[in-house]
Amino acid sequence: MAKYNILMHEMVPEHWLVPVKEEENILKSLGVTKAQLPKIRRTDPVVKTLEKAPGIGEIVPGRIIEIVRKSRTRGIAKIYRTVIGE
Amino acid sequence: MKVEISKGIEELKFALLSPEEIRRMSAVKVITPDTYDDDGYPIEKGLMDPSMGVIEPGLKCKTCGGKVDQCPGHFGHIELAMPVVHIGFIKEIYSILSSTCSNCGRIKLPDSNLKEFFEKIKDTANKLSDIEYDDIVSEVESDASEVVICPHCHFENQKVALDKPTTFREEGKKLTPKEIRERFEKIQNDDLPLIGLDPKVARPEWMILTVFPVPPVNVRPTITLETGERSEDDLTHKLVDVIRINQRLRENRDQGSPQLIIEDLWDLLQYHVTTYFDNQTPGTPPARHRSGRSLKTLVQRLKGKEGRFRSNLSGKRVNFSARTVISPEPFLSINQVGVPAKAARELTVTETATEHNFERLKELIKNGPGRDEAVYKPGVNYVYRIDGSRIKISEKNSAEVAEKMELGWQVERQMEDGDIVLFNRQPSLHRMSMMAHEVRVLPYRTFRFNLAVCAPYNADFDGDEMNLHVLQSQEARAEAEILMKVQENFLSPRFGGPIMGAIHDHITALFMLTYRNPLIPLETALHITSYIDVDRTPEPVEVDGKRYLKGRDIFSLILPEGVNLEFKGKLADKSLDPNGTEGLIRIEKGKLVNGAIDENAIGQSKGALLDYVLRKYGNAEGAKFLDNLTRLAAGVISFTGFSTGIDDEDVPGEAKAQLREVGNEAVQKVEKLIENYRNGLIGMEPGKTLEDTLESMVMKTLSQAREKSSEIASHYLGMDNSTVIMARSGARANMMNLAQMAGIIGQQSIRGQRQHRGYTNRTLPHFQKGDIGAYARGFVSSSYKEGLNPTEYFFHATGGREGLVDIAVRTSRSGYMQRRLINALEDLKVSEEGKVLDTEDSIIQLEYGEDGTDPSRSFEGDSVDVDYLVKEMFGTKYEGGKK
Repeated sequence: MAKYNILMHEMVPEHWLVPVKEEENILKSLGVTKAQLPKIRRTDPVVKTLEKAPGIGEIVPGRIIEIVRKSRTRGIAKIYRTVIGE
Repeated sequence: MKVEISKGIEELKFALLSPEEIRRMSAVKVITPDTYDDDGYPIEKGLMDPSMGVIEPGLKCKTCGGKVDQCPGHFGHIELAMPVVHIGFIKEIYSILSSTCSNCGRIKLPDSNLKEFFEKIKDTANKLSDIEYDDIVSEVESDASEVVICPHCHFENQKVALDKPTTFREEGKKLTPKEIRERFEKIQNDDLPLIGLDPKVARPEWMILTVFPVPPVNVRPTITLETGERSEDDLTHKLVDVIRINQRLRENRDQGSPQLIIEDLWDLLQYHVTTYFDNQTPGTPPARHRSGRSLKTLVQRLKGKEGRFRSNLSGKRVNFSARTVISPEPFLSINQVGVPAKAARELTVTETATEHNFERLKELIKNGPGRDEAVYKPGVNYVYRIDGSRIKISEKNSAEVAEKMELGWQVERQMEDGDIVLFNRQPSLHRMSMMAHEVRVLPYRTFRFNLAVCAPYNADFDGDEMNLHVLQSQEARAEAEILMKVQENFLSPRFGGPIMGAIHDHITALFMLTYRNPLIPLETALHITSYIDVDRTPEPVEVDGKRYLKGRDIFSLILPEGVNLEFKGKLADKSLDPNGTEGLIRIEKGKLVNGAIDENAIGQSKGALLDYVLRKYGNAEGAKFLDNLTRLAAGVISFTGFSTGIDDEDVPGEAKAQLREVGNEAVQKVEKLIENYRNGLIGMEPGKTLEDTLESMVMKTLSQAREKSSEIASHYLGMDNSTVIMARSGARANMMNLAQMAGIIGQQSIRGQRQHRGYTNRTLPHFQKGDIGAYARGFVSSSYKEGLNPTEYFFHATGGREGLVDIAVRTSRSGYMQRRLINALEDLKVSEEGKVLDTEDSIIQLEYGEDGTDPSRSFEGDSVDVDYLVKEMFGTKYEGGKK
């Protein structure tokens, strides 16, 4: 276990793993396909940290991660990324 | 689950042309260095052999039978008597020579090492990136070239040296291209991947030329001059040289001439082949024309600003465009551009004759190609019939053609008032650098436009030139009018406020018109109002039996109806205004009730009034307001007159004495500080050394002196002074500039510090060593008007230079930064739903800017201006706490 949890760092925005059940709804409401979304690597430190969280386990490519971050124009912006391999 | 990701080009592969392939693609073996015979026909097997394509109309290509526009041209070839090296591969040849064994042709590394490298390259599971592969190749090269004894055949290799440009030597002995080629032939295909070559498409010996490709004649066309004289292309000239020397070399070799002669000819052939590829090879004198001009060969065709890439592929020239010097014209609307009649007659719009425009076009054709008349009347330059044939309209045939015109003819009509054109000034840094204007054809030779439009183009009239493009289709005109018209670009996407506005004299004029609401004699006032487009006049007032109009009433004429606005002008926070009311600008029901109109009301990018008019009444009304404003300003200032000179900064003797006193006092204070410092009476400030503390105290003292001088100057220079009017209204300059002219210029600094560089312990030899007083460190107590003494002048120049260098560095850096941003973002688009997508429709942003707001339709970046809405709905009683 790493000494620090990077998700707790103030500069790292919130990351959430989207439940498979909700994926379709989210994609539908955004009007996009999974392939169109920005990508995040499975090897990304954030994804690796998420995997270690209780009840999550391995995150396979194709899952969607929701990122909630502060935005200068919008206040709070939700964006989504598709997990890819490598 | 597999996520499919769209892909672009994955890799490009470059290969070498083999001698066999050169022969295979060759249409003819060129053996004669001549081009045409005496009758002007191309010589068989010569450099212009018709098998290599045709450039004269009517002739047919011997290879494919195509005519000029059908035949793409075909390569020929020359069989070289002796091999020569290809200048483009010199580096590669050198590295292969030094890393392989001259005896057995293997890479000079033990098998175990080679195997290790091979495994890395061949590893399909862990595929190497191109960069990693290149790294391995250069590692192999540097390792192997160190080895002397070949680990495979135990041959003792000698060091190869490159004698630039094309000669290789082994222990002083020259290696001929033939020998190099023989060595390369020994290299095994299996070893090639470690040298960086793919054996399927490249062999190292192909870097040594034995067959020489001759490009098609289309690539090097003959130019026929007006005199009938023929002039060959530079490449053809070079090819003639190659063939000629090649022939002589072959003859001498076959005759068994002395080795020395053969070697000389061989070197000469090498020279010609080298310069054929690159005539600017270092170490080689460039091949020259008889006139002394150096030849443009293959590399020169591609390279640099005038090369194929930058000049022909990245750069394009267009028709229907014009460029000339610009000049101002306040009587044009901001949406208009004045086009010289001369240019208007050359620039055309093509219209197709329909029932709707038939009569109009007929009349236009009757005007002929245009006459020089007092009033510009558009004519027609060319007419195209339905079959596409072209008729040039002249004074003679105009009436005849007009009668013959039928529906469907295309008429190339000259430009007329009201045409929509694009107007542009480089550098085109933002979208307002290219806007759509309406044409007004005017006499003389410059493009003209309203001064308010200088800001978005960043133009001035010290010789600037601008470009104009005439739109050719209805769709283009409509699109430009809706999206690109000047009035549609009022609000800048950078900060969401108006980028255009009144400048310089406009502000001065309207300030003088409204400051303290002057009375203007009726006659003058009416003349001034005749400049503007309004249909009413204000009520005159009578004083001592004479009738006057009030300045603010005249200004109110150009305001749209029902403006209600209150804001602070530039005078608001200045102590100069005695009553303190001029700074509060109040407009009620479209009438200026109080305040002087200044930069804060109508200035570019900060005019509150202008901003308000734009937001409340829309772009069209805003344009009308600005048009009237510029005209009114021109009217006012031509009546009042306005000038300035250095004597505006004259101050009375008592003021001069006071200023001198301030200067001396400051210098003495600094002396005192230094004395205290030397006596150790100064305490350190936190985070600073003792020296730093002293420096900051000195700087503070001296800047206080300048401020004090500014106050004195302001006190003696009143509102009757032209320069003060300009400074107070925000038209140009500020009070500090005036104080520097009248009073004290102040400390000259470099990088925020007092001047300290120069000689040992002093800045200039005029001072004592160790002098750190005010004058010795760049304090200037003179004024610009009085003049500076030599040391002051020097410090002023060094300080000024810093500013110039800063600007130069900043522009080049930000320019490059912007270029990189543009290149990275140029393909992104905003979809109809407001998503930002790239070319493969991948999401960049789910909503443009995350909030979906177009900054040029926003209120200073916010989607909604709540304060404004509240005020509009409930009046001023709920005035919010904003600002």
